[in-house]
Amino acid sequence: MNFLHADLNTVWFILIGVLFTGYAMLDGFDLGIGALHLFTREDAERRILLNAIGPVWDGNEVWLVTGGGALFAAFPDVYATVFSGFYLAFMLLLASLIFRAVAIEFRSKQPMPWWRQMWDAGFSAGSLLSSLLIGVTLGNLAWGLPIDERGEFAGTFLGLLTPYPLLLGITTVALFMMHGAIYGVMKTEGALHDKLRGWAMRCIIAFVICAATTTMATLLYVPHIAARVRENPWLFSLALANMLAIANIPREFHHRRDWRAFLSSCAAIATLMLLFGLNQYPNLVYSRPQPEHSLTIYNAASSPKTLGIMLVIALIGLPIVLAYTVSVYWIFRGKVKMDRMSY
Amino acid sequence: MDVLTLSRIQFGGTIAFHYLYPPLSIGLGVVLVIMEGLWLKTQQPIYHQLARFWTKVFALTFAIGVATGIVMEFEFGTNWATYSRFVGDVFGSALAAEGIFAFFLESGFLALLLFGWDKVGRRLHFFATCMVALGAHFSAVWIVVANSWMQTPAGYHLVGEGLHRRAEITDFWALVFNPSMVERLAHTLCGAWQAGAFLVISVSAWYLLKRRHTEFAGAALRVGLVVGLTASGLQLVTGHISAQGVGRNQPAKLAAFEGLYDTTANAPLMIIGWVDEAHEQTHGLELPGALSFLTHNDFHTPVTGLHDFKPEDRPPVTASFLFFHGMVAAGMATLLITILGCFYWWRGTLLQTRWLLWVLVFSVLGPQIANQLGWFAAEVGRQPWLVYGLMRTPEGLSAVVKANVVLTSLIMFTFIYFLLFAVFIYLLNDKIQHGPHEEDLIPAGKLALPAHNPLTP
Repeated sequence: MNFLHADLNTVWFILIGVLFTGYAMLDGFDLGIGALHLFTREDAERRILLNAIGPVWDGNEVWLVTGGGALFAAFPDVYATVFSGFYLAFMLLLASLIFRAVAIEFRSKQPMPWWRQMWDAGFSAGSLLSSLLIGVTLGNLAWGLPIDERGEFAGTFLGLLTPYPLLLGITTVALFMMHGAIYGVMKTEGALHDKLRGWAMRCIIAFVICAATTTMATLLYVPHIAARVRENPWLFSLALANMLAIANIPREFHHRRDWRAFLSSCAAIATLMLLFGLNQYPNLVYSRPQPEHSLTIYNAASSPKTLGIMLVIALIGLPIVLAYTVSVYWIFRGKVKMDRMSY
Repeated sequence: MDVLTLSRIQFGGTIAFHYLYPPLSIGLGVVLVIMEGLWLKTQQPIYHQLARFWTKVFALTFAIGVATGIVMEFEFGTNWATYSRFVGDVFGSALAAEGIFAFFLESGFLALLLFGWDKVGRRLHFFATCMVALGAHFSAVWIVVANSWMQTPAGYHLVGEGLHRRAEITDFWALVFNPSMVERLAHTLCGAWQAGAFLVISVSAWYLLKRRHTEFAGAALRVGLVVGLTASGLQLVTGHISAQGVGRNQPAKLAAFEGLYDTTANAPLMIIGWVDEAHEQTHGLELPGALSFLTHNDFHTPVTGLHDFKPEDRPPVTASFLFFHGMVAAGMATLLITILGCFYWWRGTLLQTRWLLWVLVFSVLGPQIANQLGWFAAEVGRQPWLVYGLMRTPEGLSAVVKANVVLTSLIMFTFIYFLLFAVFIYLLNDKIQHGPHEEDLIPAGKLALPAHNPLTP
């Protein structure tokens, strides 16, 4: 394996990785807040948490939309095979993302308890299911998919719900809940702040257990990844970096540096995505049991000309995107204050 | 039903539902820029109140637009995977550019537009409003580029055979400015401005009829009528140019729009009529020579009829004819309504002319009907092609997706979208019943500082 083969295809593999990592770091906390939503009992607390993500959640979701668009443009065969192969799973993902989005917008528009409870349930279920399905998708890609000689998916919907992908799904839910709780700690004050800190600690424990189980399962049951780790033992240093980032979170909490705890959590997500990417490269969809049908960054890519044009678009666009993403987070920094524009 | 029919119903249905909202966001974006601009220019608090109220309506349409828009991006891959493989190199770039240039711009500044009223100064807020409107327009640009490429492919070459056949970019700018893109974009944007303007017109007219918030409604009605009249007038021009383009680039589509079977000089324009597909004739009220004149600027140049195309290359005639004529009728009605509205406003009797106010209340349907029927005509008229002249619609389907699976998702979308629509109408009505906030007449926070204050950022 040669990681220094810096051609356009590799650049796009990295860029799509960056877009989906951006999505996980940003929308990850929105989904985590959603998963924690029903644990809060009072309407006031729920509104504070909703308003913590209020100004930023749809910008965060754009990372997913752009990641999908970039995948379509750079690796159309992967986009076509995965999206048609995961048909029902992705339709469920769409339904849950829609419910989540609409619930955020509509929940606080009416004061009736039944109205708010209905949307609270929709928000929470939508967030949980989205996180789970994202994890299951990643799990299936890591495990390998049955791909036929035409490059089409040859499995079934139920075939996607095997133990390993489900384990990754649960790990993702735990990861996003941890990330969301830490984001919540950063954005709140008073009793809710202390409560969220307690939850964050519990989520960290849950995530560490899940991550350890996933690592063991991967090394034991996913031979192609286990082989790669054996050939490249330095990949363990990434797993170590991930654990160090997690371990740093309680330390930052102790020193009351909540925003640094959040950055640690982001670093943990980034190392996980990096590990995933390095284990996949140069495959995008690993074919199991017939590895020769795998969709790679070469046999599934658009033409070099298109990849070049898109790179220009990305180089112009991404710095601007990063600049105003940072500006928006800066303008809405600090603890949530409710006003009449609030959700 | 087979997987083709189900997939077409699902895509057509989800895109039609989605397309109720983006035109409102684009049109209301323009209206918001004008309202907030007027506030900055005149310092009159009524315009601040206008901008605050319509921002809330904008937020509502935007939220549903985003939620239903993601579905569209997924459906290319889920239902039309073979099409996605074929066009990914070309079409995917436009979608990715839309994400990077349009969606990030919109969603980033939307936060400031909605929640930043008292966090930033007037001018920065106005800038955010402009950027959100600009983002909405960029989004229209890239999606119309992608769709126009399906109508008039350019800047590509075909590579590979059979299942691996695909289009690859040869000239990016030729792809972007493909032969139908500019006129179709102009036509789409004018339609979107109409949609936004007529929503403002309708709600304001209703307030005036009910004698509620009359000063507020009067100011909004004036903004709405000016934008509405401008857009409706421009729509005549862009519509004419688009139709000429269809005649040039997709003659079978134009023939289907007009139900023209035989290639004839002095080709007539159908004002109203019906198509007798069995006998391949079209009956109705016609203007002799007008179609030749409108298409070629000359009464005697022949217009190509459907008989010049093989039966398997013709679009469905009745549907194309009805959608197209329905669009034209609705578009003309909107123009007539705005002219009447502006005329009575100029005479100073608009507020007393109750029948006209009632017409204005219902006029909100005009642009929505025209936009929907216009897109139906454009896409049905493209049939039997998915990519004009290159790929037929059935060829684009996903190879592995079965009919029962599509039926499941179709039922799911039907349920979710009916629910969404009900909630949208409920909340829109709720906002209208509540009306503008009185405290918005006195800007608070950083907005209270006048715009020319050097301390304002």
